[in-house]
Amino acid sequence: MGDLPPYPERPAQQPPGRRTSQASQRRRSRDQAQALAVDPEEGQQIPPDAQRNAPGWSQRGSLSQQENLLMPQAFQAEEARMGGMEYPSMNTGFPSEFQPQLYSDESRMQAAELTTSLMLQRLQQGQSSLFQQLDPTFQEPPVNPLGQFDLYQTDQFSEGAQHGPYIRDDPALQFLSSELGFPRYSAQVPEPEPLELAVQNAKAYLLQTSINCDLSLYEHLVNLLTKILNQRPEDPLSVLESLNRTTQWEWFHPKLDTLRDDPEMQPTYKMAEKQKALFTRSGGGAEGEQEMEEEVGETPVPNIMETAFYFQQAGVGLSSDESFRIFLAMKQLVEQQPIHTCRFWGKILGIKRSYLVAEVEFREGEEEAEEEEVEEMTEGGEVMETHGEEEGEEDEEKAVDIVPKPVWKPPPVIPKEESRSGANKYLYFVCNEPGLPWTRLPHVTPAQIVNARKIRKFFTGYLDTPVVSYPPFPGNEANYLRAQIARISAGTQVSPLGFYQFSEEEGDEEEEGGAGRDSYEENPDFEGIPVLELVDSMANWVHHTQHILPQGRCTWVNPLQKTEEEEDLGEEEEKVDEGPEEVEQEVGPPLLTPLSEDAEIMHLAPWTTRLSCSLCPQYSVAVVRSNLWPGAYAYASGKKFENIYIGWGHKYSPESFNPALPAPIQQEYPSGPEIMEMSDPTVEEEQALKAAQEQALGATEEEEEGEEEEEGEETDD
Amino acid sequence: MDADSLLLSLELASGSGQGLSPDRRASLLTSLMLVKRDYRYDRVLFWGRILGLVADYYIAQGLSEDQLAPRKTLYSLNCTEWSLLPPATEEMVAQSSVVKGRFMGDPSYEYEHTELQKVNEGEKVFEEEVVVQIKEETRLVSVIDQIDKAVAIIPRGALFKTPFGPTHVNRTFEGLSLSEAKKLSSYFHFREPVELKNKTLLEKADLDPSLDFMDSLEHDIPKGSEAVVQGDFMWLLSRCGFGWPCSWDSCSVSMRVLEYPDGEGQCPGGAAQPALAGPHLLPCSPHQDLWLHLRGHW
Repeated sequence: MGDLPPYPERPAQQPPGRRTSQASQRRRSRDQAQALAVDPEEGQQIPPDAQRNAPGWSQRGSLSQQENLLMPQAFQAEEARMGGMEYPSMNTGFPSEFQPQLYSDESRMQAAELTTSLMLQRLQQGQSSLFQQLDPTFQEPPVNPLGQFDLYQTDQFSEGAQHGPYIRDDPALQFLSSELGFPRYSAQVPEPEPLELAVQNAKAYLLQTSINCDLSLYEHLVNLLTKILNQRPEDPLSVLESLNRTTQWEWFHPKLDTLRDDPEMQPTYKMAEKQKALFTRSGGGAEGEQEMEEEVGETPVPNIMETAFYFQQAGVGLSSDESFRIFLAMKQLVEQQPIHTCRFWGKILGIKRSYLVAEVEFREGEEEAEEEEVEEMTEGGEVMETHGEEEGEEDEEKAVDIVPKPVWKPPPVIPKEESRSGANKYLYFVCNEPGLPWTRLPHVTPAQIVNARKIRKFFTGYLDTPVVSYPPFPGNEANYLRAQIARISAGTQVSPLGFYQFSEEEGDEEEEGGAGRDSYEENPDFEGIPVLELVDSMANWVHHTQHILPQGRCTWVNPLQKTEEEEDLGEEEEKVDEGPEEVEQEVGPPLLTPLSEDAEIMHLAPWTTRLSCSLCPQYSVAVVRSNLWPGAYAYASGKKFENIYIGWGHKYSPESFNPALPAPIQQEYPSGPEIMEMSDPTVEEEQALKAAQEQALGATEEEEEGEEEEEGEETDD
Repeated sequence: MDADSLLLSLELASGSGQGLSPDRRASLLTSLMLVKRDYRYDRVLFWGRILGLVADYYIAQGLSEDQLAPRKTLYSLNCTEWSLLPPATEEMVAQSSVVKGRFMGDPSYEYEHTELQKVNEGEKVFEEEVVVQIKEETRLVSVIDQIDKAVAIIPRGALFKTPFGPTHVNRTFEGLSLSEAKKLSSYFHFREPVELKNKTLLEKADLDPSLDFMDSLEHDIPKGSEAVVQGDFMWLLSRCGFGWPCSWDSCSVSMRVLEYPDGEGQCPGGAAQPALAGPHLLPCSPHQDLWLHLRGHW
């Protein structure tokens, strides 16, 4: 209140007036019904103030009550005149925070007299709450007896909008209000709706977050005030600055509870949660009991723990708790999908994550629904392509300027194998960790296998990673993974001789073309081969998966053989066709070939056998390890055997991998005389040529003349 | 792996699919104890296994007080009898670099390699084919040496250096926190530093001479050759770099609060594809004790 007021006299003196008016106001609010009764009191009180105050006031100071009574009628009229004027003068009566608003026009000074009289009148007339808002402890917006003034004030001070006066963006105002801890006043006398709107606007403004952080002014002030109220320091105003700083600092440095540990890292907990789900049995209570009986019977889930035990004897495999988790994950898979048989194929390691692979066979008819969708898409694609070719041809015929056609034709697409046959005999599901959902891998196409043989890439662990390589791999990591799984299965799935046998069917041997037999069944009479014999000779082990031909399939398909669809188009394309190419049929070793027939790598045997324990051969297990695909193992003991692959998914090669170089740059166009560069003939050459030509012409003319003469002579005759 | 904590480290490193059968484990535990007594080593570590066609080699290393001093390497074919290998020399490494293919499994086996050598006979100079015989033992030694130099790692803070010179195991090392375990800069090559002296003064100013006296993994070329893979509750550092894909170093996760584990297990497992051979290496951790704290080991 030591600020420089433009009206030095009034503010200094008005506060007392204000106070008394407040006091009177309070009294007034108590008994508003007795307005008239109160008046005389005020009438007596105010005049002395008025005398102290502006001289103008004193003029009115002696207003009689009667006049006061008359005033109400004229009151409104006066209001109408100078309602707006009241604002600044009311401000003059207000505490210093509203001082800046005293920068009002000088014209208002004159109006101030009138307005003070009005104020007086209002007091006298018992209108309540004129000064309610003057009360510093009063936090709520004035409900609204002063609504009458709103109109005028909004006109004056709002930005023309009907929705309530806006906050004056005055730094001094902010400073003052924050110092005294007042909430910002939106306006002195807004109407209820604009008032609420104004409040909301104010709050919204305060809730804006600062650029640097997430803290908004509102929150900060709330924190600050809470802190002050909690701590109740002695002289809050003087320590306000430091309190402000402390509050801000604390926002960013939350106090750690020294007695309790912070919550631990998330990722391992999430993993544990997921894996916990594996351990809970599905169904509960009574249902659980019934399931118990059913489960004791056949389930497609293999006995992974037993397999893991045997492999552990051989020195291969994952730790026992991981094996158990895999077992539970496969159980989950079996519950989710209609599975007929299921086997844990192995684990493929990746740079960021690994893959657990399950080899699965669906029940009859179950998987066809999904397959059809995929086929439709591919067929649609093929149809599109043929249309494209036809259009292309027509365009070319129409075009006058014939662009030389590229001679290169893409090699014919080799159709992929049907489900449940050849390389697509089994379906594969992968997941990264036991507990995560299983993803189904798509069937493999011959093109993918052919390309997978040429590249060598580590797996990252995410199925949708693109495989960037040369030659370009058609597909993403899921396809590459599937192709490698197919190759590994074809190369390393072995079983003891005699475990599988061919099903007895007539006419099998009459099949042509090395198609061979592609199905086998378990031999019920299998007796088991002694372990020592298994270890000694590779002839006791056989492959039970079909070998993949260089073409990329297990059964050979002549790529040039036109199918029915293609034959129709073939007639149109005859002129473009090249001569029929002879393609040799590719033959691979038939099913159930013993391992001793496998090709050697650099004079080294492709397989290594071991006894799991040399100290106790009678109980040990025969282990076969592939040298071609490091990580592929098989064990056999008695009547049991199993294959597994744990590794990176690459073939072994003695030399390091050299990616294929890109093809040589093709020739743009055949060079012929018309585009060959030659130097232009010189002037002498041209002249010589010209002379020679003239001579030749002259010679022919003479001959012709000679002939003509002869003819002429003849005709003459 | 230290002989004391062999079993635990094997469990941790089993993610790569390689393991030891129970009989081997039992015999290792016993025989390593005896080796330690006989050769008077401070620590004996099981380095790993190299697979051969006929037999596999099991390798162990013995350390003296100074951790960075050259280690003595021993090999065995059956995990019970151990024989000392000669230390590796540059000559050996160069000589055996020409041999490709798998190990045979017989230490006395000799590889034959034909070379063209210039022979001076008087004034004539002509090339003659000379058959060079390389013993498998030599090859073994050089391969082990190469693997160690390329792939052996240790977490930062596990060893410290005193002003007197020798490097000691840091008994107050509690393992890496989760955020640190993910970063490559918190691991070092476990060998004499090669690149340290090439660092600028600015970089050196940030280093702590008692802890940062080895090459960090951060600046290895090719970039991205190491990856930190999260296994089950632990981090496996898989190095697919130079040539030893799937050598796993498992530093099990240490939560900030829990103690120890850090175990830097070097577990080369799988077919390494270096420019030379394809030894299959077993999970093992030569260099760091794995202190067993059940809380730290899930």
